[in-house]
Amino acid sequence: MKTISIESAAAMIPDGASLMIGGFMGVGTPERMIDELVRQHKGKLAVIANDTALPGRGIGKLVAGGFLKKVVASHIGLNPDTQKQMIAGKIAVDLIPQGTLIERIRAGGSGLGGILTPTGVGTVVEEGKRRIEIDGKSYLLETALRADFALVHAFLADYAGNLSYALTARNFNPVIAMAADTVIVTADHIVPVGVIAPDHVVTPAAVVDYLVANR
Amino acid sequence: MDAQTIIAKRIARELRSGMLVNLGIGIPTLVANYVPDGVGVFFQSENGLIGTGPIPEEGMTHPTLTDAGGQPVSALPGAATFDSAMSFALIRGGHLDMTVLGGLQVDARGRLANWMIPGKMVPGMGGAMDLVSGAKRVIVAMQHTAKGKPKIVKECALPLTSVRCVDLVVTELAVIGFPGGRATLLETAPGVSVAQVMEATEAPLIKSEKIEEMRL
Repeated sequence: MKTISIESAAAMIPDGASLMIGGFMGVGTPERMIDELVRQHKGKLAVIANDTALPGRGIGKLVAGGFLKKVVASHIGLNPDTQKQMIAGKIAVDLIPQGTLIERIRAGGSGLGGILTPTGVGTVVEEGKRRIEIDGKSYLLETALRADFALVHAFLADYAGNLSYALTARNFNPVIAMAADTVIVTADHIVPVGVIAPDHVVTPAAVVDYLVANR
Repeated sequence: MDAQTIIAKRIARELRSGMLVNLGIGIPTLVANYVPDGVGVFFQSENGLIGTGPIPEEGMTHPTLTDAGGQPVSALPGAATFDSAMSFALIRGGHLDMTVLGGLQVDARGRLANWMIPGKMVPGMGGAMDLVSGAKRVIVAMQHTAKGKPKIVKECALPLTSVRCVDLVVTELAVIGFPGGRATLLETAPGVSVAQVMEATEAPLIKSEKIEEMRL
């Protein structure tokens, strides 16, 4: 694990990269990383996240700036910008049931090829997918998802890179931290090793590549 | 009493102590205001919280304590927080006793459409498909008609949320169940006649042997 400035962290991400971004309606989103990606004018990014937040918040800022070519999410309903750009053909949007999306990411970070879920059987979600019967029940085969980068936001990070999260800001963060080639973390507080007790570490430092220094 | 209050109060009577319950956005959220005295339930927010409490007083909100709509909530004593994989394992894994969701259409067999109107509204399904596929009991909270048109229809014209049939539909006019996979009128709201419900419903409705008045 290396400590890095926010500018250098964003500079590592090339145009066209795929990013998993933590957060649920902007809660638990690495807001400083987003602001820096906007400042550095990144282009043609593919974002995998629960939602696209609201205009002016979290991933909503990347949408508004026209920096995204693709969004994989479960919900875009509270961000009219995303819907407009989807209808105009500027952003390709792949909508996935939330439980399926998070399990596909979990599979991607766990060495699994995919998962079997009953969610979506017999609906438009099934189109183009394999249906598998097990003990008389139908499931869809949903393949694993990974990304080039995971942008994680934690409540506490210790100097070694161990992470813990706050309340509902946890959401996708610990799951995406397992499923990307490079894991970049911002945290509300960076604290000495030992402040987070071993039992309270949610994401172990071993999976974190870069911890962004606080100002 | 307005339509939303009738629906929320009637659904609250389905709550039992110890249940884990997920409430959707809109009318379903109001159910939490009418939990019967002496009944203790756990409310889940799918963004990662069990023990969701009322909206805090001004100045007592916290940016990392929110509901599935991103709005501030409180947490009750005994609350627990977790990640999204855990949250949906609870939903699909047979741990969620009841989910209450809004609806656009329900068909004669009890299949729900509530997540998109092609060409008009494509918000994404969020957690709705997992909730309907996975919860032990699914209750739809919706107005009986939309702009005068029945919402309980022969066949859903809108894309289905799940092929799993819901257990109960509660409207401001009636309670409808689906025993044997057929829409059945179980209760009418106070002051509402069976004929009025039939008139406002497109799907063929079987009349239960004893149609009771909704207790609120």
